[in-house]
Amino acid sequence: MKLVVLAGTPGSGKTSVLLHAIKALIKHGRSPSVVKVDCLWTDDDRRFKKLDIPVHVGLAKDMCPDHFTIYNIDEMLRWADEKGCDVLLNETAGLCLRCAPYPDECLAICVIDVTTGPNTPLKVGPLLTTADIVVMTKGDLVSQAEREVFRERVLEVNPECIIVEANGLTGKGSFELADLIGCGPDAGKDMLLRYNPPLAICSLCTGENRVSRKYHMGVLRNLDGFMEYKGE
Amino acid sequence: MVYDMSEINSLTILGGVNKDGADEPIRSVEITRGEIVGIVGPTGSGKSTLIDDIEQLAQKDTPTDRTILVNGEIPDSSIRVDPRRKLVAQLSQNMHFLADMTVEEFLSMHARSRGKEASLVTKVIELANDLTGEPIAPHYHLTALSGGQSRSLMTADIAVISDSPVVLIDEVENAGIKKQAALRLLAGEGKIVVVVTHDPVLALMSSRRIVIRNGGMIDIITTSMQEQDVCSRISDVDNWLMSLRETIRRGDVVEGTV
Repeated sequence: MKLVVLAGTPGSGKTSVLLHAIKALIKHGRSPSVVKVDCLWTDDDRRFKKLDIPVHVGLAKDMCPDHFTIYNIDEMLRWADEKGCDVLLNETAGLCLRCAPYPDECLAICVIDVTTGPNTPLKVGPLLTTADIVVMTKGDLVSQAEREVFRERVLEVNPECIIVEANGLTGKGSFELADLIGCGPDAGKDMLLRYNPPLAICSLCTGENRVSRKYHMGVLRNLDGFMEYKGE
Repeated sequence: MVYDMSEINSLTILGGVNKDGADEPIRSVEITRGEIVGIVGPTGSGKSTLIDDIEQLAQKDTPTDRTILVNGEIPDSSIRVDPRRKLVAQLSQNMHFLADMTVEEFLSMHARSRGKEASLVTKVIELANDLTGEPIAPHYHLTALSGGQSRSLMTADIAVISDSPVVLIDEVENAGIKKQAALRLLAGEGKIVVVVTHDPVLALMSSRRIVIRNGGMIDIITTSMQEQDVCSRISDVDNWLMSLRETIRRGDVVEGTV
């Protein structure tokens, strides 16, 4: 089973890019399935279902969406296997930019919107820097020069990645992406995360909702950068 | 393999399918060095998609199933994506920059991405200022430039930093810049130029124009002598309009100059 984990900032075009890539995968004789993870609500499953492939939705609700994705990877792979598929496309919610939901033995794809400006690649963090493939979307809305500057910035933070310029409206880039997915790795048995998770556990994790600093415990960082442990 | 500018003698578009998946009637178009070819057709007919196919050097791997040959051969895949080896410079429809940087910072970074000298920045700004009535300074913020300023800067950037043997232009009209001067600058010496346009001056400056309908290439029209005649007449009108625009911009009166 080939495992593809697709992440990216909200509105970057993850679903549109994936829809086109799925059509190309089917043309190449693959049987893809999709698990769409979101936080609170999604209706993207209806868009995927139109392609007549197995679709599953997972809502993380009160759990961190990246943690939810990682916790459920085994379950997703089993489900895709039961459906007789050979590719599992996992579209994550990918929100907080602190973490990256990529296991080591998967094809990690980061979708990033060029119109957010060439400083964005510096802000996205491990979601971008640990990806195998970076898909640049909405390039038709900027000049070629701006696309090339953006590309340079992506390569500054992730020199090894393969960059695909895609357009979620026209399907540009979808064949290239499908080819890369076809060459991607099979999911491993004992996979590890590529990027280290944040310092746990903080008092927000345990349900503290009072703002004042005196209520907070854990490994905490001050506005000036000073870190300390407060607690038992 | 890196192509040198002088080594690109022709670009060939092999026909694919239209929006209905049927074969497009024109199966092959060869464009040679020094030629300007137009692309015409209704809005949404697929003109920009053809430009995209050329930009990506499509190999039956885009939704149109077209193939682009360089010098009659399938090009090396490495030149399709790396800006340092790119054959194609593209001026697209958009009229504004979104990058939050100064003109100078942006151009220096673009020069770096293309593996060019940072000293070219001054040249780009000089050329851009030849094309627009509103001067651009290096410290200006890109996002604050007017449509005409952005367009002339993009044009000059293509002529200098993205200097490539193939130039694709997606609509230059109504941009508040000297469009014939812009086209001449972009076409340079011995380049292959493909221009999407509805502008009569630009369309008739091309030697041939490809007609697109429903996603497919349906015809190729060669610009006749009579059409070239029309072209020079409307150029005069066009230049006259441009000069009137400048007069009005300066706050002068048009009366007496006509």
